[in-house]
Amino acid sequence: MDFEQSLRRTRSASVSARSYAAGSKEMTVRDALNSAIDEEMSADPKVFVMGEEVGQYQGAYKITKGLLEKYGPERVYDTPITEAGFTGIGVGAAYAGLKPVVEFMTFNFSMQAIDHIINSAAKSNYMSAGQINVPIVFRGPNGAAAGVGAQHSQCYAAWYASVPGLKVLAPYSAEDARGLLKAAIRDPDPVVFLENELLYGESFPISEEALDSSFCLPIGKAKIERQGKDVTIVTFSKMVGFALKAAEKLAEEGISAEVINLRSIRPLDRATINASVRKTSRLVTVEEGFPQHGVCAEICASVVEESFSYLDAPVERIAGADVPMPYAANLERLALPQVEDIVRAAKRACYRSK
Amino acid sequence: MALSRLSSRSTTLLQPLATTSLLRRRRHISTDTTPITVETSLPFTSHLISPPSRAVETSSQELLSFFRDMALMRRMEIAADSLYKAKLIRGFCHLYDGQEAVAIGMEAAITKRDAIITSYRDHCTFLGRGGGLFEAFSELMGRTTGCSKGKGGSMHFYKKDASFYGGHGIVGAQAPLGCGLAFAQKYSKEEAVTFTLYGDGAANQGQLFEALNIAALWDLPAVLVCENNHYGMGTAEWRSAKSPAYFKRGDYVPGLKVDGMDALAVKQACKFAKEHALKNGPIGSNHHAFAFVFEQILEMDTYRYHGHSMSDPGSTYRTRDEISGVRQVRDPIDRVRKLIISHDIATEKELKDMEKEVRKEVDAAVAQAKESPIPEPSELFSNIYVKGFGAESFGADRKELRATFP
Repeated sequence: MDFEQSLRRTRSASVSARSYAAGSKEMTVRDALNSAIDEEMSADPKVFVMGEEVGQYQGAYKITKGLLEKYGPERVYDTPITEAGFTGIGVGAAYAGLKPVVEFMTFNFSMQAIDHIINSAAKSNYMSAGQINVPIVFRGPNGAAAGVGAQHSQCYAAWYASVPGLKVLAPYSAEDARGLLKAAIRDPDPVVFLENELLYGESFPISEEALDSSFCLPIGKAKIERQGKDVTIVTFSKMVGFALKAAEKLAEEGISAEVINLRSIRPLDRATINASVRKTSRLVTVEEGFPQHGVCAEICASVVEESFSYLDAPVERIAGADVPMPYAANLERLALPQVEDIVRAAKRACYRSK
Repeated sequence: MALSRLSSRSTTLLQPLATTSLLRRRRHISTDTTPITVETSLPFTSHLISPPSRAVETSSQELLSFFRDMALMRRMEIAADSLYKAKLIRGFCHLYDGQEAVAIGMEAAITKRDAIITSYRDHCTFLGRGGGLFEAFSELMGRTTGCSKGKGGSMHFYKKDASFYGGHGIVGAQAPLGCGLAFAQKYSKEEAVTFTLYGDGAANQGQLFEALNIAALWDLPAVLVCENNHYGMGTAEWRSAKSPAYFKRGDYVPGLKVDGMDALAVKQACKFAKEHALKNGPIGSNHHAFAFVFEQILEMDTYRYHGHSMSDPGSTYRTRDEISGVRQVRDPIDRVRKLIISHDIATEKELKDMEKEVRKEVDAAVAQAKESPIPEPSELFSNIYVKGFGAESFGADRKELRATFP
């Protein structure tokens, strides 16, 4: 029996099994990303991987583990520590029709290459009136890790998501990671794929459907992780986990929170967000990045513009503190959103005292 | 296939030391400053310039101070390793053990008015500039007594009063910054130079070449020091550089290749480079083609015993035999130890006692740092600006925590 046949058989088995038991398979985000890249490389010979330590070292965070052994040095390239150079080379390869998956060891280092991401990749399809599209994926860990200091902790979601011509995705779960990365690699436009280092080792339940090699999630659609009726909490990446914990705490106090996982920062699913706020009348937005001109600011603007008369309370923003990331553990904790911040903001939106 | 290449490369890293000295005479234990002349382990290889002599002038006092200071640096890094494993140090921690001779040799050739800027592998550089063990360990453990008040961390040590400008996390960023320091020194007519340290990984960065070009064009008193420890994280020099002869990569900029495990060779090279950079001073406009270039590249052939950082075992891309081989044959502290003993400056036991003292000093600093307080929450908002214009800053919940800048 070949692999495809066995997958189809397990899938049909799980369809009937679903009515008896929840999916019992779990997968880490790391394995989800690794399997996604592997499957897309297998399916399309134009897909190749490039970045620092992605090959022989097996990946700085082991996301590309095993790929060099499986596909060889013509598909997996270890680069020197020169982001501007290798990113430009990746974009050039994409101009010529190849499909590079460029890894930044963290998105902080993408600043060395940002001219190529914005000016060489994002704008090319427009400037050439459709002659030159750029099917490239820029991926890597984004945002804060633990104790890595000011130069290694910034979130770039707002910066990249403000640029027309780019698509910006931010997975949370293993299913998000698989579906969104596969969609990104297949997409004909440049995609900035923002992962999170602290999520790599986290395990999530994964469905048989998500394990299939043809699995793909739509770009530009948010996911309602938890249904609710009193307040809408919108966020992405690691903060989705925090928002779900906050929702549990709020439920204990009789507040029913709806948690939306954006999945896609650009295009932003304004329809899902606004539909939810029209239902609950209250909005709390959460992100790890700096507050001024952040992702939350855009979401709040969209809701105030589109759903003003539905709002029963001012919109709320919980974000990273407006400071460079401090190293000391106690200061770092103060600089990042915590579950209690989200709970407090949701209660404020419900006009409930602390 | 990769491993056999590794071992053939290893033999070039294990050049045996030639510990010949030009003077052998029985001496009493002393902190004597009478000149002793010692030959460097290897001759200097040069590019576009005549190299300095292999004969280095030193003294009993200097050799003993080299030994003690390098032993202190070594002990500090080993203590940091333990603290990281005990989770008292978080995030990234890049250790310098094996590379001490570069920091020590450089300090012996320059003054605190000369500036130094380096990468994230900065603990020992900080110590060399006069930084204290207590400030270092406090910073590593995120305490308010740290050299950056606990807000910087391992990669962001600074000591401005000793012209040490950090401590930089982004590979290669310190190259233009260092040339900028040299620019300021020339602009203010300071008769001082800047030593910019970068690694073999950073040596391929475009910004290095951009800064090098401008520094040469504008006659800046910049000395670029490539600390070639042969591995950029997990990638060996031959896998990242078409030409790993880093001292030649300045093209029109003269360069010197130095045994970076020999503190005296490092001192000689840095002294030579500083004199070269200050020679003739800025004589008005000097923009002819092929005119005298004040800038210089020093490639220090050195080695790090630890992996790239504490998250890297350091043994997946190089053999343990290579690491122990370098330690046995080229260790910088052992080299000075042998010199001290062969010149009868001190006995082996005396040196071991000195190492024991150093260990106690480090242990005491660690213990003191462990008891130090963590920063006050208000420190979250301090030092963002010098001049805040009464602007507001916010915590994670902007309605709960805000601050106004003075």
